[in-house]
Amino acid sequence: MYIHETQIVDTFAEAFAMWGTRIVITAETADWAMAAAQSMTGFATSVIGCKCEAGIEALLPTDQTPDARPGVSVLLFSMNEEGVGKRLVERIGQCVMTCPSTACYNGLPAEKQVVVGGQLRYFGDKFQGSKLLAGRRMWRVPVMDGEFLVDDRFGIQPAVGGGNILILGRDQGATLRAAEASVRAMRGIPGAILPFPGGVVRSGSKPKSRYKFLFASTNEAYCPTLRAVAGETQVIAGVGCVLEIVIDGLDLGAVETAMRLGMHAAAQAGALQISAGNYGGGLGQYKIGLHPLLEGAAV
Amino acid sequence: MSLDLTLHTAPLVPLEADVLTPGRLSGLSAREAAKLIVVHGNQAAELGEFFRISGVANGEIHLTGDLSHVKLIGAGMAEGRIVVHGPAGMHVGAGMTGGEIVVEGNTGDWVGPEMSGGRIVVKGNAGHLVGSASRGSPAGLQGGEILVFGNAGNEVGGGMRRGLIAIGGDTSDFTGVNMLAGTVVVFGHLGARPGAGMKRGSIVSMHPTEMLPTFSYACTYRPVFLRVYLSYLQGLGFPVTEAQLNGSYQRWCGDAIELNRGEILYLDSSPTEVHR
Repeated sequence: MYIHETQIVDTFAEAFAMWGTRIVITAETADWAMAAAQSMTGFATSVIGCKCEAGIEALLPTDQTPDARPGVSVLLFSMNEEGVGKRLVERIGQCVMTCPSTACYNGLPAEKQVVVGGQLRYFGDKFQGSKLLAGRRMWRVPVMDGEFLVDDRFGIQPAVGGGNILILGRDQGATLRAAEASVRAMRGIPGAILPFPGGVVRSGSKPKSRYKFLFASTNEAYCPTLRAVAGETQVIAGVGCVLEIVIDGLDLGAVETAMRLGMHAAAQAGALQISAGNYGGGLGQYKIGLHPLLEGAAV
Repeated sequence: MSLDLTLHTAPLVPLEADVLTPGRLSGLSAREAAKLIVVHGNQAAELGEFFRISGVANGEIHLTGDLSHVKLIGAGMAEGRIVVHGPAGMHVGAGMTGGEIVVEGNTGDWVGPEMSGGRIVVKGNAGHLVGSASRGSPAGLQGGEILVFGNAGNEVGGGMRRGLIAIGGDTSDFTGVNMLAGTVVVFGHLGARPGAGMKRGSIVSMHPTEMLPTFSYACTYRPVFLRVYLSYLQGLGFPVTEAQLNGSYQRWCGDAIELNRGEILYLDSSPTEVHR
């Protein structure tokens, strides 16, 4: 299958079941809300090393936030419910509560919830207070610029992590251009984020290593420099660079939409080939076939 | 189709009609509903002696006429909706746990005493003791919302423990007296001695007020939680201004004769520098 001159490999992305949540951060200005969101989503590229994956989903205008201030919505994913709760407490406590003028709200109405504000409130050292409005409990934690307002509970739901496409290009410049175009097309899709720097990852990994102490290592099959020595190279002749875009979503549909748009954008920007990372189908719960996705049908 | 009750004979003395709830009227025909017992003064009477009843109870009741002598409308209701097309008497929604009552006119005293859930909307004025505790009772409003678009009398939110009371106009004396917790938002002026004896909770006013000497000024700031409340109330039809939403509020802590953990916030009239 081809899009323009770009070959689409008949393969699939192997994605995993995760748990996800949405956080709404507001502040006096959009810049301060973004500062908190960037801090919260920093060092959250991969559960392998960061315990969670997170990214900025959207900028929110004042008419879409609970306190009528500018906001940013953030998605955060972890491998289980407990993990989401712990990461939220850590990251909201260290990255949002510390940021001037911010407030933090649950952005995901869901049956399952984890207690966040109910734990962060102890920072108030018994000076904190709560408010209950229309069934929503919020904590007012006194801080040096006034109060930090945070929802008591945040909704969580089953989610999909590790959707991906691999962009194979002639050289680094051309592949970066294709990847950047792909990222632009994927950003803004409700319920999906790209957790890696700039949305792009160059150090794709395989879930094993020749070192006994390491459980993930470089994916030599997609390293152009190893094309001549790697046993099962996937790098075709003429390819000098491979970049990956990983997508996490609150549901499979968001991941599929992002992958579809991302492939079209990368192809239009001159990618030689588009593939996807998988582990033979033996690890992930979801197999997202590239051809069925482009034909409009999911696997 | 709703159940419609139109007053055809005005009661000469107060009529206690706690049968007027969606739950009590559910499944009854108009004829059966007319047989329900109410108390007229000290005499038992039938509902049909005062109301012309039509329609079918499907969770919504419409009451029409001057019901200012009809007490306990919606008392104890847990679900459904009542619309009063006119004024209503005392004790509207007393002890209610859910559902909604809308009064398109004024109400008497004791709107929603000791209610724990649901919503009461009064489009006119309310009397004294809105959401208050009954005399001798430890707590008033324990949940839910009372929204009065006009003025209210004395002791609004007296002894309230939880929930939201919003008054579109002014309140009289002792607003939030003996409050345990919860929130009272008054868009107009507070009467004398607001927050007397309050332990926790928030009383908000959009105008300066004279504080009791047992309240201490803390600071002037922009409470974010209030923006959430005002946005919510704006969505329910209260005319929240930009100045109220974005303004700074003086925070006074009290009452020092109690826990000193309550607060009165009022909109500061000095210009606010909003950083944008």
